[in-house]
Amino acid sequence: MSDCCSGGVRLIYACSGSADVGQIADLVSRKLRDAGYARMTCLAGVAAGLSGFVESARGADVNITIDGCGTACAKKALERIGVMPASFVLTEFGIVKGKTPPMDEIVSSLCERILQQGEPSPGAVQRPGSRSGTC
Amino acid sequence: MLLEILGSGCAKCQKLEDLTRQAVNEMGVDAQINHVKDINAITGYGVMITPALVKDGVVKVMGKIPSLDEIKKLIS
Ligand code: SF4
Repeated sequence: MSDCCSGGVRLIYACSGSADVGQIADLVSRKLRDAGYARMTCLAGVAAGLSGFVESARGADVNITIDGCGTACAKKALERIGVMPASFVLTEFGIVKGKTPPMDEIVSSLCERILQQGEPSPGAVQRPGSRSGTC
Repeated sequence: MLLEILGSGCAKCQKLEDLTRQAVNEMGVDAQINHVKDINAITGYGVMITPALVKDGVVKVMGKIPSLDEIKKLIS
């Protein structure tokens, strides 16, 4: 849903890759959205260069990318349009590409650990931390 | 040219529509102006922050009300 002229707009994008970790990135992003962490929008729209998606990314206060692996497609798609996102790479949280089924417990655990990072900073690569939060 | 104002109809969206109409009148250009309030149509453009001004399908500005001069530049 669109916000009317409001400040503090925080958008989240999943890589939604074909690998298990890409699927998990998608599920984690949706769960974070449902928890009110950020508003989810479409990485494919940004990658396609569609003006509404591109301008939304440029106009948001914070953009957050959830990538399945270190290839970091979502992060790089935003960087291509000059936007430096707060980046989460799920394999840095200990899950292994090709060996991690998209189970609820794994998604919830990742989600919680991302929330533990606190406020995401634009341009920062976010790594697992120790602050508390719930998803 | 087709100009679309995207926004739910709040005062700011209305202000953008009024300024856009004024810009079109002062420039004497041929334009159809539509105010799009349907949320699915708005998000269909990928627009996450309103109001937005769209010219012939391309989002020119969003999340703020440009000045009259800025609007003239955007639609010229
Ligand atoms: S970041 Fe990794 S999992 Fe996601 S789309 Fe790219 S290669 Fe696939």
